Parts: sequence; C-alpha cells; structure tokens
Amino acid sequence: MKTFKLGGVHPAENKLSNNSPIQVLPIPKQVFIPVSQSLGAPSKPVVNKGDQVKVGQLIAKGEAFISSNIHSSVSGKVLKIDNITDQTDYPKQAIFINVEGDEWDENIDKSDKVKREITLSKDEIIRKIHEMGIVGLGGAAFPSHVKLMVPKGKKANLLIINGVECEPYLTSDYRLMLEKGEEILIGTTILMKGLGVNKAFIGIENNKPDAIKHLTDLAKDFEGIEVFSLKVKYPQGGEKQLIKALTNREVPSGKLPVEVGCVVNNVGTAFAVYEAVQKNKPLFERVVTVTGKSLKNPSNFLVRIGTHSSELVEKAGGLPDDTGKIISGGPMMGKALNMIDVPIVKGSSGVLLIEDSETERMAVKNCIRCANCISVCPMGLEPVLLAQYSEKEMFENAEKEHILDCMECGSCQYTCPSGRPLLDYIRLGKFKVGEIIRNRGKK
Amino acid sequence: MNLLTVSGSPHIHGDNSIKKIMYGVVFAMIPAILVSIYFFGLDAVKVLLISVIACMFFEWAIQKYLIKGPLTINDGSAMVTGILLAFNVPGNLPVWIIIIGAFVSIGIAKMSFGGLGKNPFNPALVGRVFLLISFPVQMTSWPKPNPLFAGKVLDAITGPTPLGNLKGELRGGRTVQDILEHGTKMIVDGKEVLYKIPDYVQELLGNMGGSLGEISAVALIIGAIYMLCRRIITWQIPVAYLGSVIVFTGILWLIDPNIYINPLFHLVTGGLMLGVFFMATDMVSTPMSPKGQLIFGLGCGVITVIIRVWGAYPEGVSFAILIMNAFAPLINKGFKPKRFGETLKI
Repeated sequence: MKTFKLGGVHPAENKLSNNSPIQVLPIPKQVFIPVSQSLGAPSKPVVNKGDQVKVGQLIAKGEAFISSNIHSSVSGKVLKIDNITDQTDYPKQAIFINVEGDEWDENIDKSDKVKREITLSKDEIIRKIHEMGIVGLGGAAFPSHVKLMVPKGKKANLLIINGVECEPYLTSDYRLMLEKGEEILIGTTILMKGLGVNKAFIGIENNKPDAIKHLTDLAKDFEGIEVFSLKVKYPQGGEKQLIKALTNREVPSGKLPVEVGCVVNNVGTAFAVYEAVQKNKPLFERVVTVTGKSLKNPSNFLVRIGTHSSELVEKAGGLPDDTGKIISGGPMMGKALNMIDVPIVKGSSGVLLIEDSETERMAVKNCIRCANCISVCPMGLEPVLLAQYSEKEMFENAEKEHILDCMECGSCQYTCPSGRPLLDYIRLGKFKVGEIIRNRGKK
Repeated sequence: MNLLTVSGSPHIHGDNSIKKIMYGVVFAMIPAILVSIYFFGLDAVKVLLISVIACMFFEWAIQKYLIKGPLTINDGSAMVTGILLAFNVPGNLPVWIIIIGAFVSIGIAKMSFGGLGKNPFNPALVGRVFLLISFPVQMTSWPKPNPLFAGKVLDAITGPTPLGNLKGELRGGRTVQDILEHGTKMIVDGKEVLYKIPDYVQELLGNMGGSLGEISAVALIIGAIYMLCRRIITWQIPVAYLGSVIVFTGILWLIDPNIYINPLFHLVTGGLMLGVFFMATDMVSTPMSPKGQLIFGLGCGVITVIIRVWGAYPEGVSFAILIMNAFAPLINKGFKPKRFGETLKI
C-alpha cells in the first residue's frame, strides 16, 4: 500500500463524528465576514453600511493577483464594517450583516440536480473559479484560480485530489466524499480541464474504506480519474507528502508542486469548484466538523461563512464544562482560540474542544538526544537542532539547516519523550529567518 | 466558564516519555540479570543492588545538595546506569570499589556535565574504565561461574576469561588450535588446574568467566529484540558494529587461522554483545542521524578488533565505545539525515 517514506507519526484517530451525516446549520441572526480569508492580500469591501445584500452577492473584491473575492453568506442589511478578532487572534476588518430572510442571488442554481456536462472552456473555468471566490478548503486557503495558472516554463501533467484528512478528529472531507461523491468527481474533471491535464489521482487513507469504495465505483464513469488507498500516516495530507506517496516524486526544497508536474487540491475544493462552475454558486458555505471527547453530539455541519463557532457548538450539545482549549482545525496543526466567538471562515475545517485533563503539556525535561524527532520529521530535518539554534538566536545557522522547509506538522513535538516545545522554537526561528531574508533583499 | 488555554500546535502528545524509555531498558536487562544470578549467585545480587543504590543515591545527593535543582531520581536513568555498571564488573568486586565506580559514573561522567542528556560519554563505561585502570587486580580477577543448583564444589574460585586466556597464550607463541584443544595449565590459589576455553554453546549461554552482565549472549539478544520492537534502540548501530567486527576478524582469520581466531569466537566472548546492544546504543552519547549511527557502529567495531587483536588489553569494547562517543558531535555535524526534496526526483 502506498504512503510516503520519510518520517511520520500515527496519532490516535478519534474520528468521533464519522457517522454523523452533514446537517445544515440554521442561519444565524448575524454574521461577521472577515475580508481576508485567503492567503495573500485582503479583499476590498464593495458594500457600505446600510446596504441590502443577497446570499451570494459580492461584498469584497480581491484585487491583487493572490487574493480572492468574498460573497455574502446571508441576505440582509450591512450593519457596519469594523475590526473583529478572527481565529488568527489579530484584529481583522470584517463586514457585519444582520440577517433578514434567506434570499439568494437569482443567478445561483438552487436545485439538487447533478449537472455533469461541462460547457465552459479552460479560460472560462479559471475565470469562474476566480469570480466565485474559491480557495483551498484544506486549511491554507490558497486562491484556487492561482493554482490553475501554471507559471511560464513549467508544465503540469497530474492533478491530485487530497481526500487524506490525516488530522485526527476531523471528518468533514470524509462525509463530503460519502455524500457528494459524484459532485467531487465532476469538480475534479473541471479542475483537470482548467489545468489542462488528462489525469487525476485521488488519495484517501485506508481508515476510510467506504469512501474509497464509493469514489472508486463512481470513478469508473469518469475518464482519467484514479482513486488510491493510502496507508494511514500523519502528515500524509501535506502537499509534498501526498505527491511523494502517490507518485514518488519529490518536490524540491522551497519550490511549488508544479515543479514536478503536480497540482494538489482538496476534495472540499473540488466540490466547491463543482458548485461554482456548474451551479454558479460562490463559496459562502462549507462543511465544518464540531467535535471533542466531552461534546454531546460530535457533528458535521454545513455552515454559512461568518457564523460564530459558538453556534455550531451550541447545536452539537453545548460547550462542555470541562473544556480547556478550543481549537480551530485539527489537534496537530490547528490554532488554539482565546474565545469561542470567532467566525467560521473559508479555511475552517473544524472546531475541536479539548477537555481540561488533556490541555496541559507535560513538564519540559532535558533533551536525551533520542533522535525520535529526527526519525519522524517528514521533511528530513533535525528539529532538535533547529529548536536549539532558535533558542540560542543563531538564526543564520537555522537557515542553513533548512528551517524554512518545516511545514509545522508538529510530529517532532508530538513524539518528544522530554516534552520539549520544539515546534514553538522552530516557529520563532522561521519567523526570524523570514525577516532576515526580507532584509537581505532590501540591501 | 473557566479560562481557555492558548498554545501553539500540536495540541496532543504521544505517550512517549523518558520514564517509559528508561524502564523499558531496565526491563530489557532482566534476562541478563537472571543469567548473572544463575551463574554467580548472591554475589551478583549484591553487586547489582549496591551499584544501583549507590548510583541513585549519588544522583539524588548531587541534585539536592550541590545543584539544588529539581530531583529526577525516579526517571529511571540512574537505575539504568547502576545496572550497566554492575554488568561491567566482576561479581566478586569489593563493595567500596563498586561505590567508587558509582560515584565516578554519576558524579563525574553524568552530573558534572549537567545531568541526563548532557553527558558526552556513557556514564557506566566511564565508571568501568576508571575502575579498570585504578584497580586492575580486582577488576580482572574473574570468579568462575558456578551455576545454581549444580551442587558442584569448584576446583578453583577464580579463573580467566576466554579472551584473556587466548591473548596471553597467543603471546606465549602457541597457536589458536593448540589453545582450544589442549587448554592451559595454570596455577590458581596455589593449585595447578587445567583451564579449557568453553565451547560456543556454553559461551552463548554464558557459562564462562567474565563481568556480571556480559556473559550470556542469548540473554542480551532477547533484551535487544525487545528494545528494537519498542523502538528504544534503532538497528543501525548494532548492525554496523557487529557487521564490522565479523568482517574485520573474518579477514584476519582467513589470512592466518593459527594466530587469529574465528569471528564467531569474537562475537560470543567478552563484552561485545553487552556493548553492542546496551552501551553503544545509549541515546545520549551517540550520533542522531541514521547515517551517523552507521558510521559510529563501524568505528566501534574496528577499534574493538584492533584493541582485542593488537592492544594491551584483551577486551576493547569499553574503550572503543568511549572513543567513538567523543566523535559523536563531529559525526552529527558531518552526517545529516537525508532531506526531503534534496535532489530533484521526477
């Protein structure tokens, strides 16, 4: 069975919400839509206080090359445009909308009928994806249209669809594959056309056998799409690891996947692309997993962008008394929130509640040089050395040891028997090295 | 509602800990402990207990009264050092010498560098080599193995180790064949006795003269398999170490079997198995990358054979590992793990 070779760990899967079908979350009374939800420049609001908006109406325009359009997820009246704290913990500009009814933009096809025939051309597809504000839904929220525009001199020959969902607890991709399999495959075909390739691989870990079987059966009707079962190993959902697992190609240090002819998109993105291109529907809702060991009903909800996380938790049985940590995303790479009232954005894959007893880190002890961190690092780095260089502020040395290759998967810290905060230090080091490189460019 | 904790990812931790690793090593040493008790009886129990208690006491006392820092006495590492030190000395060693050995191991080789994880050399080996150089007589008078329940009265109390006997007689001009077949007449405790090097099966099981823990290759290998399965040790150092010993001694043996004994003898006698699986694999004092560990094992093997064949001492495992320990930082610098995407691979 395929998997990547270098490093990796196997945390307890804890997929508590596996058997909970996607439910539509009731529309909240108010939404808070941040204008910067993707990688790149923030979008510019195009509505003003007091304006009436419909569901799917453009409310902020992405003007830079790497930025994305943002659409209203509800119908109602713009209350104000003001700063809020989102999951990054920094103040961000957001559009506040008071909900009135649920009136959709008339161009959106609201029917459930699956539309298979693709009428748009390659360029029209890219333009549509741009217009509809589609971004990568795996977490990084990279604008999808940019991914489809292959840089000059490079050539893509393979599209990879990421159905790995290697983060423990999260199940939104899994449910989507079970319930919207055909749409995902149509979305994949659209992405293939947009990218100009005739081959696509879908990678799914073998802890989701029913999703593998379902998509394999459906894929028989689609040309050029192959589904692969992968051995469970974290962080297989990492772009470079997934490419390695499926094709044995290695993306060079500091380069993009297209360097080896691959472009990777999440299954959630493929579904969003289907809706955008076939149904004319902008990205204004997504599937979010709400989970936690103490939570009454771990669930998967279809949520309008801008809904407060607290509404999801409420619907799933309310915030348990023993909650010690709230995480946006999964337990390995997610961000700990300092309050529950942050809006769901395009990149939110889950809301995870961790109980008090599992919140505290173990006491930090001396490094015993067991080299576990080195053997689990999927990038072949020496986390212990990078953390030491960062701790001692020897950032030039850290740069030479490829600190920027670190994707912050957390495998090193997860496995450290001394409980050392390796990733905390490496993150600091990456930040400082980035600063050094930028300053070098200025000289 | 209570306050929320905010910290960087990852938010979960595997169940690995120093304690689990150290007590895993202790568990892996149980077969060798049982064999040492079987062959050396209460003497073995005495040496083991004194060594462990002394090591733990020195660590506790230094942390409490000198460093005045947190006490880490129950993390199991002092216990591992204590057992390893006992494994490396003869069963009839006087109590006061064991205590000196424990002090050198813990006080000088470990705590003076900053405690667990900071020591450049394997503490138990530093203790052993210190004792070997300071008390050469006591450290090389090996009690003859006297199996429990055998009920046999021994003709002598002490006897040589196979390696020591072989080296001495080879120097006297005899051939390997002659020594193995006819044995050696020697005077022990005023009586003339004939010493014959035991056959390979006896050597594998541990029925030969030697330090407490090194005698039984079988018991040590059982422990090593357990540690490999628990991933406490990796295969690189043992394989490179054993492989280089086999190849090096094999070449010598092929050149002249009269002067150089076969590789199998080298594998099952002396402290090689103990060194390979329990000392050369010490995490703290060995290189970290797989490539570096291979180099480390190779170096250990070559130095061991050089000392055994041409050196002043019959046994070279301790020296070889300590010498390579000194190279560990350099090896770490020179042999990096294979980076992902280092070379373009399409």
